[in-house]
Amino acid sequence: METNSNTVIKVEGINKSFGDNHVLRDFSTQLLKGENLVVLGKSGSGKSVLIKCIIGLLKPESGTVDVLGKNVPELEQEELDQLRVKVGFLFQSNALYDSMSIRQNLEFPLRRHRKNMKQEVVNQLVMEVLGQVGLEDTADKMPSELSGGMKKRIALARTLILKPEIILYDEPTTGLDPITGRGISSLMLSVQKKYNSSSLIISHDLACVQMTANRIVMLIDGGCYTTGTWKELQSSEDEKVKQFFE
Amino acid sequence: MNTSGIKGFFLEAGAIARFSGRFFREMLKPRFEFAEFLRQCYFLGNRSLPLVAITAFIMGLVITIQSRPTLVEFGAEAWLPKMVSVSLVREIAPVITALICAGKIGSGIGAELGSMKVTEQIDAMEVSGTNPYKFLAVTRILAATLMVPVLAILADTVSLYGAFLGANLRGAVSWQLFWNQVFSTLVYGDVLPSLIKTFFFGFAIGVIGCYMGFTSSKGTEGVGISANSAVVVASLAVFILDLLAVQVTDILKLN
Ligand SMILES: Nc1ncnc2c1ncn2[C@@H]1O[C@H](COP(=O)(O)OP(=O)(O)OP(=O)(O)O)[C@@H](O)[C@H]1O
Ligand SMILES: [Mg+2]
Repeated sequence: METNSNTVIKVEGINKSFGDNHVLRDFSTQLLKGENLVVLGKSGSGKSVLIKCIIGLLKPESGTVDVLGKNVPELEQEELDQLRVKVGFLFQSNALYDSMSIRQNLEFPLRRHRKNMKQEVVNQLVMEVLGQVGLEDTADKMPSELSGGMKKRIALARTLILKPEIILYDEPTTGLDPITGRGISSLMLSVQKKYNSSSLIISHDLACVQMTANRIVMLIDGGCYTTGTWKELQSSEDEKVKQFFE
Repeated sequence: MNTSGIKGFFLEAGAIARFSGRFFREMLKPRFEFAEFLRQCYFLGNRSLPLVAITAFIMGLVITIQSRPTLVEFGAEAWLPKMVSVSLVREIAPVITALICAGKIGSGIGAELGSMKVTEQIDAMEVSGTNPYKFLAVTRILAATLMVPVLAILADTVSLYGAFLGANLRGAVSWQLFWNQVFSTLVYGDVLPSLIKTFFFGFAIGVIGCYMGFTSSKGTEGVGISANSAVVVASLAVFILDLLAVQVTDILKLN
């Protein structure tokens, strides 16, 4: 695989297994600057594992994960923290802190990554991202008071508050109604335009995929089965690929 | 943990020991989460305070009432305050406090961290540039280590009030005489070891609660299991530590 100076994430030949369960086998892919790359794969195929290897929550047994020029599995804690400022991660389960209010949830990454930020600046940023996701009036609520779609949007706001260069979305629209799902997809697009960020999106919601994907990677049997644009894959004759687009 | 029986017990004990080893390593690293530590002290202390106070009072009262007949039989009724104060301060108040905290604090920490673990909140913290072990575990373990002794001192005091009431239900001991007897009986050898061991109780409760939470397996069922095993293992640890404490004070001739 040739390296382009525009590559922001380059995953090469990673293997990851849990006991006998060999989840990722020699998986390789790359994400270019400004690109929206969708990873498509069956439930349990290892998409979340892949994305966690990229952010350094899991360590692959072999292979390299190059993010913005740094090999993630070998980074020291401090370098990893610095890198994570530039990489946003939207958890599949949202992972909002349920002992904290929405405001505290949003402040948490700011307070942690930017230690000396003034309170007014923090407040302003919080209101700004809440405005972006259209939930200004929830700042002082607790996560348990919100609906599933609202939680997803707050989780997205928490990811965006650090204005990351790369955003990793783990199933941003799964479990939402089509309208809310479309809302999130267009939000993802507008964020990408505004910050010129690059996104790696995991999804099997075809509406979301169609709206957001510049390029699609099929993760099948732990490897990168094929890659192409929405049009190319949709008209593909390959049985395994076809299944996804029916 | 899958392995059961003796082997499982030792594996678990080893894992807990490693987990507490990590506590000392992480505690010494810079950036101490002071605000979170204070918050936890308040929570843990506040949550167990009423229960500890009520139980200690009742224990003091009951032990006194039950000891009286035996002492009366030997014509040693006047020794009642002496005897009960020693057993209360040395053993009953600290151990009861520790057991209540094992139930209240241990299960609270186990369930809270367990649910944070299974809903990926701990991972989210790590991604947000926070060492979850430092932020969640170190602060809670320290808070438990500090608050259990504070609660134990409170329990000592309250249980003696209970004893005073108990001594006055049947006989009559004046306020003055009661406390004179109590303080002339209790020496540093009684108070200090019993206070020192509560630090260890608190540490064990904190470590075990956090360990169970952090190793919680996926799913809500895992959260219940963590909370439950936190209580069981922490209570057992309290008794084992108590046994060790008695041996040590005995060897050092503190009693
Ligand atoms: N921490 C873990 N310990 C053990 N096995 C794991 C762990 N995380 C994931 N797995 C296993 O790895 C495989 C892939 O899981 P993963 O969560 O990546 O699936 P996924 O592709 O994200 O599926 P979904 O679309 O349902 O989210 C599954 O078989 C799962 O059992
Ligand atoms: Mg997943």
